[in-house]
Amino acid sequence: MGELDPYLIPALDGVAYGLLLFVVAAGLVLSFGVAGILNLAHGTLYAIGAYVAAWLADGGWAAVPLALVAGVVAAAAAGTALAGLLTPVRRGDHLTQALLTFGLALAGGSLLVSAFGPDDLPVRVPAALDRPIDLAGHSYAAYRLVFIVVAAVIAVGLYLAVTRTRAGMLVRAAVDDPQMVACLGVNPTRVRVGVLAVSGALAGLAGVLGAPIIGPGPTTAATVLLLSLVVVVLGGLNSVGGTLLAALAVGEIQTLGVALLPTAAPFLLYAAMALILAARAQGLLRRWSTA
Amino acid sequence: MADILITEALTRRYGSLVAVDRIDLRIAPGERRAIIGPNGAGKTTLLDLVAGAIRPSGGRIRFDGRDITGSGPARRARLGIGRIHQRPAVWPSLTTLDNVAVAAAQSRGGVRRSRRPAIELLDRLGLADQAGVEAARLSHGQRRQLEIAMALAGEPRLLLLDEPAAGLSAVEFERLGEVLRDLPEGMTVLLVEHRLDLVYAFADVVTVLRDGQYVVSGTPDEIRMSHTVRQAYSGAVA
Amino acid sequence: MKRLLLVPAVAFAAALPWLVDDYTTATLARLLVLGLVGVSVALLTGVTGLPTLGQTAPFAAGAYAAAQLGLHDVANEPVRLLAAAGVGAAFALLTAPLVVYARGVIVLMITLAIGELAITVASRWKSVTGGTDGLIAAPTLDTDRARYLYTLAVVVVLVALVLLALRSPAGLLLRASRDDEARMRASGHPVTAYLTGAYAAAGGIAGVGGALLVTTQQYVSPADFSFDTAALLLLGVVIGGAGSMLGAAAGTAFVFAARDWLSGLLPGHAPLLLGALFVVTAYLLPRGVAGFDWRRLGRAARAASPGAMRRRNQEA
Repeated sequence: MGELDPYLIPALDGVAYGLLLFVVAAGLVLSFGVAGILNLAHGTLYAIGAYVAAWLADGGWAAVPLALVAGVVAAAAAGTALAGLLTPVRRGDHLTQALLTFGLALAGGSLLVSAFGPDDLPVRVPAALDRPIDLAGHSYAAYRLVFIVVAAVIAVGLYLAVTRTRAGMLVRAAVDDPQMVACLGVNPTRVRVGVLAVSGALAGLAGVLGAPIIGPGPTTAATVLLLSLVVVVLGGLNSVGGTLLAALAVGEIQTLGVALLPTAAPFLLYAAMALILAARAQGLLRRWSTA
Repeated sequence: MADILITEALTRRYGSLVAVDRIDLRIAPGERRAIIGPNGAGKTTLLDLVAGAIRPSGGRIRFDGRDITGSGPARRARLGIGRIHQRPAVWPSLTTLDNVAVAAAQSRGGVRRSRRPAIELLDRLGLADQAGVEAARLSHGQRRQLEIAMALAGEPRLLLLDEPAAGLSAVEFERLGEVLRDLPEGMTVLLVEHRLDLVYAFADVVTVLRDGQYVVSGTPDEIRMSHTVRQAYSGAVA
Repeated sequence: MKRLLLVPAVAFAAALPWLVDDYTTATLARLLVLGLVGVSVALLTGVTGLPTLGQTAPFAAGAYAAAQLGLHDVANEPVRLLAAAGVGAAFALLTAPLVVYARGVIVLMITLAIGELAITVASRWKSVTGGTDGLIAAPTLDTDRARYLYTLAVVVVLVALVLLALRSPAGLLLRASRDDEARMRASGHPVTAYLTGAYAAAGGIAGVGGALLVTTQQYVSPADFSFDTAALLLLGVVIGGAGSMLGAAAGTAFVFAARDWLSGLLPGHAPLLLGALFVVTAYLLPRGVAGFDWRRLGRAARAASPGAMRRRNQEA
């Protein structure tokens, strides 16, 4: 235990990081799995949430629900707008749509920078949480601990929503068989708008809560997009558990991995992707191919 | 002589549906075997299993004495299994001639060497005047003929034909009959077809499937007279 | 006919450095380099059916290889080109298993991750790449004009080789694999091997682009291979027509020229306008761009049904 001790903090950070990525990646899986849209602006939706948090948070408790509501609504609205902008290419192939979302990410990122400036913004958490607490002889940021609890609750909530509710079952069925949505006679426009709004809300929620961890700045969107894409590649589309596991793995690689092997962390992400893709080629890629 | 194709309890499930249910087939070299049965009998799934397009849920497949259950479709093609698909599969951006040449490339040592035999095949199938046309511009019937040419170009020892007559004009149907008659004697053929006139004229042995299960096999005459077969088809569209 | 027009076009390109100033010459040389990388993107996106956002990775690998050789006093340009091509192709071979089993937009996702991770590596692996400070490479050719002409010659030769290869049986096999993979396998073709070969070749071309980049700007840093670069490459290729190598090179050069021009014109707002360009392109695209047959891509995606995918995996 003594030798492991120095790695407790990075490992815990990895859990926080991983849970954050899970919430973001869940939105990505949703839009890709159900609506077939590879949303390259997903990181931008996170950034919107994070900027809102930085803008509203003043260190008081009252700002927390305010920032949560404002960030989620703003990101969901941006997701809805995205769905609207995708309408003209709804019959185009996935590549055209991906290209469009990338253009919007580029433009959106530029607008965010003009609105909030080119620097990384600090995010103030409520004063009561803005202090280290003692954890098995280590001091650890109270906010992160609270974040882990809150994010874990969200993760469990997502899991229950997907596995136990009717809407969740529809989502899973749609991911398994993209043709199914059409067969049910559900209006595809409503599916697209709904899915992108919900995935925007998830990204916004992650952005507000995660702002003290991956803060708002010009590179936020790209970082978050990349890491959540890696999570999706690793976790596949078919199971919430797979996504969660992948998110935690990426989180640990980004924190514990960096602590252990500072220069090798990016290689570790490559290696993890290569290993998982090779091992899971069957199941994962079978699903991929129908996309 | 040893059978060239043997399936043992070959099974394919899709969830709770058993599309192909413990099928045992033994086909002799040079045999012309037809598989018939109502829609949903599992005929196409059976061909896909033999070609390696899908993996079986259970059972084994032997080709020419070799267990090929775990081999992929490309390996099986190189061993001598050729096929045509129910919906003609051709390469739309290639010319008709290049389609045949590329299809023959593996067995004839390259695309360039395959061009001359490809022209002869196109001639046999009545596509010679389309040789330079992109396959995307061919009619459905022409694509069907083209895929047959592509399958033959690989000089398979076992040829799998999935409804070759579907969607053909009367003239094209006639030509298909001729092509099938002229197939080399040593070539084993497994034919799935709804046109029973073609089946009875062509096959040595006819096997009937229903709901994924084996019903009966016999000569065309036996099958034509069989009460069991009529029962298997009753209520279903032939 | 089209080929006849190429002769005066190349002659004109060769005469350009005498018509414009040195700064423009240097800019044109860089656009040529990006055009070459665009060709490697088009080779994958249009011909092979593997749409990529990750060619910046072998591009970077080749550039750092050439820069390192420069630091170790290897001033011989052909050696640097070959080394960069080798490193680019080797990088592609290493990452090929990540790419060649996937199709369509999934490839986009995976290659995006590959490209982004390559930048991360480039920023952190300071002993080789100089980190975010980059590497300065001693010039091998003394004037902008010489560097431009050298780049032009290499690019013209390489593009000609690619065009020849695409007219050969190898090109037919790639196009057939893109059109209908299941049919290829049913004819005994090892499709995965073909795709791996094409991916490695495209990596080699991008690697040469990297060496040329070092030659033209005598400096290399992770910023040269950013996500924006990757996305603009794809945009340029799509605008130029992914099925046409020359169109892709021209489209790529156009897009990067537009970016440079816009950022000079409206400092700070270039991303906004480029984003708008993406959106407009996407709106105008469906069925529109010459050479890039989206319907065909759609068909290929449909052909890659679950069954077809399993076949692919068995082949592996």
